[in-house]
Amino acid sequence: MNNSRTNSNGGYDAIVIGAGHNGLANAAFLAKAGLRVVIVEKNPWIGGASVSRELHEGWIYSNCSYVCSLLRPEIYRALELAKYGLQVVPYGGSVTFTQDGNYFGSYVDEDVSRREMARFSERDADASLRYHADIMRQCRFIRQFLLRTAPDPTSLKPFDVKEMMHLGREFWKLGEDTLGDLIRFYTMSISDYLDEYFEHPVIKAAYAGSGIIGSALGVMSPGTAYVLLHHAMGEVDGSIGSWGFARGGMGAIAKAMAGCFEAHGGEIRTDAGVEQIIVKGGKVTGVALENGDEVHAPLVVSNLDVKRTFLQVMDEKDLDAEFVTKVRNFKIRGSSGKLNIALDGLPEFPALRGNPEMIRGDMHFIDSIERLERAYDDWKDGSWSKDPYVDLLIPTLTDPTMAPPGKHFMSVFVQYVPPKLTKNGVKGCDWTDEDRDAFGETVINQISKYSPNFRDLILHAEVRTPRELEAEVGLTEGNIFQGELTLDQLLFNRPIPGYAQYRGPVKGLYMCGSSNHPGGGVMAAPGANAAREILRDLRKPNTVPEGWLDD
Amino acid sequence: MKIIDYSDRDHYKTQAFQTPFHERAAAFNQKHCWGRWKDYITANTYYDTATEYFAARNACSVFDLTPMTKHRISGPDALDFMNRLVTREVGKIKPGRVGYTVWCNDAGQVIDDGTIFHLEEGVYRLCSQEPQIDWLMTSAIGFDVDIVDETHDVAGLAFQGPTTCAVLKLMGLEGIENLTPFGIAKFDLDGFELTVSRTGYTGDLGYELWVAPEHALTLWDRLFEAGALHGIRPIGSEALEILRIEAGFILAGVDFLPANEAVRPGRTRSPYELGLGWLVHLDKPYFTGKRALIKEKENGSRYVFAKLNIEGNKPAHQSFIFDKRQKFAGTVTSAAWSPSAKVNIALATLEAPHGKPGDQLLAEIYYQRELKWSRVMAPCTVVEGVFWDPPRKRETPPPDF
Repeated sequence: MNNSRTNSNGGYDAIVIGAGHNGLANAAFLAKAGLRVVIVEKNPWIGGASVSRELHEGWIYSNCSYVCSLLRPEIYRALELAKYGLQVVPYGGSVTFTQDGNYFGSYVDEDVSRREMARFSERDADASLRYHADIMRQCRFIRQFLLRTAPDPTSLKPFDVKEMMHLGREFWKLGEDTLGDLIRFYTMSISDYLDEYFEHPVIKAAYAGSGIIGSALGVMSPGTAYVLLHHAMGEVDGSIGSWGFARGGMGAIAKAMAGCFEAHGGEIRTDAGVEQIIVKGGKVTGVALENGDEVHAPLVVSNLDVKRTFLQVMDEKDLDAEFVTKVRNFKIRGSSGKLNIALDGLPEFPALRGNPEMIRGDMHFIDSIERLERAYDDWKDGSWSKDPYVDLLIPTLTDPTMAPPGKHFMSVFVQYVPPKLTKNGVKGCDWTDEDRDAFGETVINQISKYSPNFRDLILHAEVRTPRELEAEVGLTEGNIFQGELTLDQLLFNRPIPGYAQYRGPVKGLYMCGSSNHPGGGVMAAPGANAAREILRDLRKPNTVPEGWLDD
Repeated sequence: MKIIDYSDRDHYKTQAFQTPFHERAAAFNQKHCWGRWKDYITANTYYDTATEYFAARNACSVFDLTPMTKHRISGPDALDFMNRLVTREVGKIKPGRVGYTVWCNDAGQVIDDGTIFHLEEGVYRLCSQEPQIDWLMTSAIGFDVDIVDETHDVAGLAFQGPTTCAVLKLMGLEGIENLTPFGIAKFDLDGFELTVSRTGYTGDLGYELWVAPEHALTLWDRLFEAGALHGIRPIGSEALEILRIEAGFILAGVDFLPANEAVRPGRTRSPYELGLGWLVHLDKPYFTGKRALIKEKENGSRYVFAKLNIEGNKPAHQSFIFDKRQKFAGTVTSAAWSPSAKVNIALATLEAPHGKPGDQLLAEIYYQRELKWSRVMAPCTVVEGVFWDPPRKRETPPPDF
């Protein structure tokens, strides 16, 4: 980069490992504070899991993450992502197809949505008001902690004491009922939680999906109610819980962040995988790249997940034994796969009888809690789900930039897909290309059951199992959140107790990935929060925004 | 006939449905000024708000209230169930009578207000702003009752104003003049059943007329035919808004937040805090919220519902209310210039102990003249009683005009 800056020694102030959205956001905030920052990225492209690549000529995919809601608006604004080309367009609605040829839809219009629910259960239609109010109470509580560093409850440092008091006050403000609900909410299964509101199996199945996305947990596993909240606490333009498409694919987010970073003098080196973080005299001094080069800086920020950071690119001998054990015990189990499909035209879904709204949002094919749980059973047995849950979207119905007119890109998130397979009774087998293709076929069959002409429209399909997600993106086991979002791994326990404030165990080492509070999704909050802590340590002016108040 | 069939898979094609009166209403609505009321399209205004308002206060007005949520409650335990649900003694509402009530959650916070129609012995209709089926079913555990949402089975017109009784007599409703306030009577109109209740949302002489949807147009035609020489006009929701504020009636979602939908703590209100303590019968057997309400009665309420008489002529929409020392006292929830009382009025939610009758307060009013915004701190007084209370409202038989 012509406008990149190095310090007077020709070196850098900080190295960020990995050009995922958190690495980019972190680097951009550091660069805005005047630091000379270089990002080293192993792939020839940037974005990590927020990436758009053209794998079939004329088609831009959202190869991993595919919709946007969690990206903090404070960060969007502070990094001027609009100026650097990012546009997030909201979409509404979703549909769950049922096995009897019917469907259950959700609409942007609340009265239409209520009537649609009443088609299955009048009582559920009314109960949904109570449900949404309760979910919103939990959202309001959690949202204020997204752009705050989690306090260490065992510390007596002024910062931690102040933040613990804030946490306590906010707890208290919830009132007796909501406080009780909060504890229940973080420990219940989504299935049990929905039972407290709804009676119809299809309605429960439709709501339950976001309780499992990205998690190696079943709808009946404790902790999945929170996973649903994690998917509901985002927003588009102040509309909490709304989701949108990043125009041009999710790579547009990384691209805009990179634009901001580079405009502030940052440098990105691609094809620059890190072999090891160099530690000398108990301090980091830089990174050794896979190509043999070394890059030096007194500060290294890892956007890699906590396992990859400490078990792969650091020498374990530089770390305490207990610490390494805790890192090993961190749960980061792969649970999902992805199909990205180039389509020659728009697939037909006869059950919709031409309803044009339903294909613009999320489409699902599992119509009961039991089927969802059985899909998880397959995962436990070391197999991909034979009756898989998919979150299917056709972004090109909204975004004109991703495929030629009349042609479409279909994004298919699939659950469950285990990181290792059990074959002929042997556990822990690696995925092969044949396995991957068979998995792809299972998903295509699932969609074909509801769309007879779908298969004939396929021009190209990228099939990604945890193997590809780990090898290409670098996510351990292919876990999209860089670690399970369960209470044992949240807030001051994320990634591990004592290290939840983005500082690693070695001086000069920081962590900014989704393994850290507040967790996964294209939120950029871990990256931003880490930058705030780094600037605090460096006694530099803070460039990272505080969260906006949800009054 | 159901106006909306919930089993219709293609319902989404009709985002908002027409009420059974729509064909006639549309002929009057030359302004095409429609609004949305739950599943339905209803008129905001037909001509202009002042004309419509005065139809209701000076002659007679017709308002389509079909979209009002209606539940039918019957079965052996219907009375016990109703008494468990609502705060007032339902046993005192005899067959053929109507009673206004509120119902609360466990914490004694108002879920909604509405009217109980005791249609026949042990059969009730509960009219409310919000759908209630989930709460009714939750409350019905242990009771042998049958609860049905009949919102789309009944078409209704609010017929309000000083000439209404005269018009109904002309329409051939024999003995209508003997119907007392909150009474229900049934009539045969061209071979179908017309239910008339002497109820309304305007605080004036008036009736509500209920028919099966398939007879809606006949009812409309007969009514307009009979009212032709008595100043009959359809009115929209804008005129009704002024009428109900004058009458001191609260509106869910405007003057209070239904407790089931509240997200933030402290946003809900108890019946006492809405000025509806008279509906709370603590001497009746247990009902939902009773324990909390007894406690509130002992310890005092957080808020006071107040009717304000505000100096000057600028409506105090969304105003902050301050005490004499300029300290925050509350906010206005509804405001209007009262064309009948010729007073600037508002309904407000005040922090206790403000709001005692006679309290002197200040309303911070923002108003615009030729695009220039100005602010006035208007002195106001907390008043008792409603702003518009004509004797004809209570008289039986009522006067002809």
